[in-house]
Amino acid sequence: MTETFLGMPATAPPGVGHLRGDEPFPVAARRALGDAQLRRNVGHATSTIRAKSAAVIGEVPDWPQLRAAARAIKTDTMARLPELLEQLEAAVGRAGGTVHWAADAVEANRIVTDLVRGAGADRVMKVKSMATQEIGLNEALMDAGIEPVETDLAELIVQLGDDRPSHILVPAIHRNRAEIREIFLRTMPGVDPALTDEPAALAAAARRHLRETFLSTRVAVSGANFAVAETGTLAVVESEGNGRMCLTLPETLITVMGIEKVVPTWRDLEVFLQLLPRASTGERMNPYTSMWTGVTPGDGPQAFHLVLLDNGRSAVLADPVGREALHCIRCSACLNVCPVYERTGGHAYGSVYPGPIGAVLSPQLTGVADNASLPYASSLCGACYDACPVMIDIPSILVHLRGQAPHPRGEAVAMAAAAYTMDHPALYAAAQRGAKLSRLAGPRGRGLPPPLSGWTASRDLPEPPPQTFRQWWADR
Amino acid sequence: MTARDLILGRLRAALAAPAPPPAEVHRDYRPAGAVAADLDVLVDRLTDYRATVHRCADADVARVVGEVLGGRRVVVPPGLPPHWLPPGVTAVTDDGLDAARIAAVDGVVTAAAVAVAETGTIVLDGGPDQGRRVVTLLPDVHVCVLRADQVVATVPDALARLDPCRPLTWISGPSATSDIELDRVEGVHGPRNLHVVLTAGPGGG
Repeated sequence: MTETFLGMPATAPPGVGHLRGDEPFPVAARRALGDAQLRRNVGHATSTIRAKSAAVIGEVPDWPQLRAAARAIKTDTMARLPELLEQLEAAVGRAGGTVHWAADAVEANRIVTDLVRGAGADRVMKVKSMATQEIGLNEALMDAGIEPVETDLAELIVQLGDDRPSHILVPAIHRNRAEIREIFLRTMPGVDPALTDEPAALAAAARRHLRETFLSTRVAVSGANFAVAETGTLAVVESEGNGRMCLTLPETLITVMGIEKVVPTWRDLEVFLQLLPRASTGERMNPYTSMWTGVTPGDGPQAFHLVLLDNGRSAVLADPVGREALHCIRCSACLNVCPVYERTGGHAYGSVYPGPIGAVLSPQLTGVADNASLPYASSLCGACYDACPVMIDIPSILVHLRGQAPHPRGEAVAMAAAAYTMDHPALYAAAQRGAKLSRLAGPRGRGLPPPLSGWTASRDLPEPPPQTFRQWWADR
Repeated sequence: MTARDLILGRLRAALAAPAPPPAEVHRDYRPAGAVAADLDVLVDRLTDYRATVHRCADADVARVVGEVLGGRRVVVPPGLPPHWLPPGVTAVTDDGLDAARIAAVDGVVTAAAVAVAETGTIVLDGGPDQGRRVVTLLPDVHVCVLRADQVVATVPDALARLDPCRPLTWISGPSATSDIELDRVEGVHGPRNLHVVLTAGPGGG
């Protein structure tokens, strides 16, 4: 580990959380591509959501203006992030909440663990949250003897199946109904053995399974979709009501939030609450949105803790091109339109943030060297940019990060040789004549000899023309 | 150095060079007040997301509540207008009931604070006629009585009317999930049945 000055932007530490994969993207993607069931499941789900989303976005006459406003609000937010966080802290404090600051995953996990222990609990119920997935909170809680219970249906499917999430919105998108039924039958105590694979029956089984947990668990952990700096208001959008249960029933609520989720004003929510559900689940509005400001006497948790998480975000903010990745509202529209994600699924990306946004966010949070293959996990087709409700220019950030990724030594040597050759006209002419000779080597599709064969393993070399421009010019 | 100082120091360093240009927010989308609320749109959107809508005069609310919840036990917030409840319904007023007690009743009857026509959303703000958040969460049937003058057209209209300091619950149809093959199915943890009773208000007959 390199020594850094205190106060300099820092990336997320290794060895904790889920931002780094065990293997490079091409290796994991190759294996995923061999799983026909996975490809069918993900392809079916993403095509369903694309159609739904397009239909409800088509109903909104001012969609382009909302996107542009969202982008401007986020740009403004990032430029003023320190003061907005101080404002948020003050507002939450005034409303009876307590704000904690966590520089990284280790510190966030320790803060939450201490709060749960302080409340005298050995079990917490959780609302689906990307931030707590990112920091590996469940593992940290279990190490401390605290049982985390995921209450979102898809998270529950992942937890019961001892699986990993593969999508930001629907972590079990890689499972179809038959597989989910099988997981429930195997792992849910007291489940009806006659359970069918109808989605309604599976949802009802989850309702029965979690009801007692909701009523008896005294501490809940949530993420946050938005936090309003001027009022201290937190917002969580969800569908099932598990979020409402966790935000309403326990005595103590702990919310872990990435620092980039703050928005300046109450009014700013009018933009994001229109964009998020339509881009995310393809609904005009998600079934439930909860908003709370500190503690309300007599209604809901009487102890509220907000944990503000850096974990590499300051490093992302330090890159003038890459910082736009912090604008993400985690809708997952970019996953659903991505031809790469649709074929590989989310696990191949290694990080909890898969798909196009993950390919720009994960390498920046960890430092590009630790996720060096992700900026290449894209064809740069641009569909993600078109779909993004806050207009993040993902393709440009991908290209920018490719420039930072470590390149093989052979590539640098080849480029230096090319530069020298192009600087010397006689040498350049000779090289062009040499390239022409390669026409004798065979038809299109032939590869280069090692060590350059890597370049041509998945690409055709362009066929050199029969004469160079200089020869043609000289012959005129 | 505290974590707070460390993080704020990191962020200020990240923004130091080069400082990002100031961003101006152009709000040229439809702002609050731009569109008139259309009750038919609200009904259409509520119905589309599997809520049941009843339109009636304020004086007939008790009859509709009776049709939905007749013979069953309900919990009501302390400030609910008493004339909304028919004789055939056993009502328990929430005076700080514990969760298990609330979970044991069949339904809940409340008013609302605001409704958004374009998205088919009702918003509760914990007022005396809406109650604590828990009362509309645990029972399986939620009957929400809405006055026409509480209906606004858009999300910006609703936010302009709401007080951020109150606990707010935005409800768009019954509890649902899209977690199985991204196919929406109604009925998970929240009320599986949402009935919206739309009235012209006490003065409107």
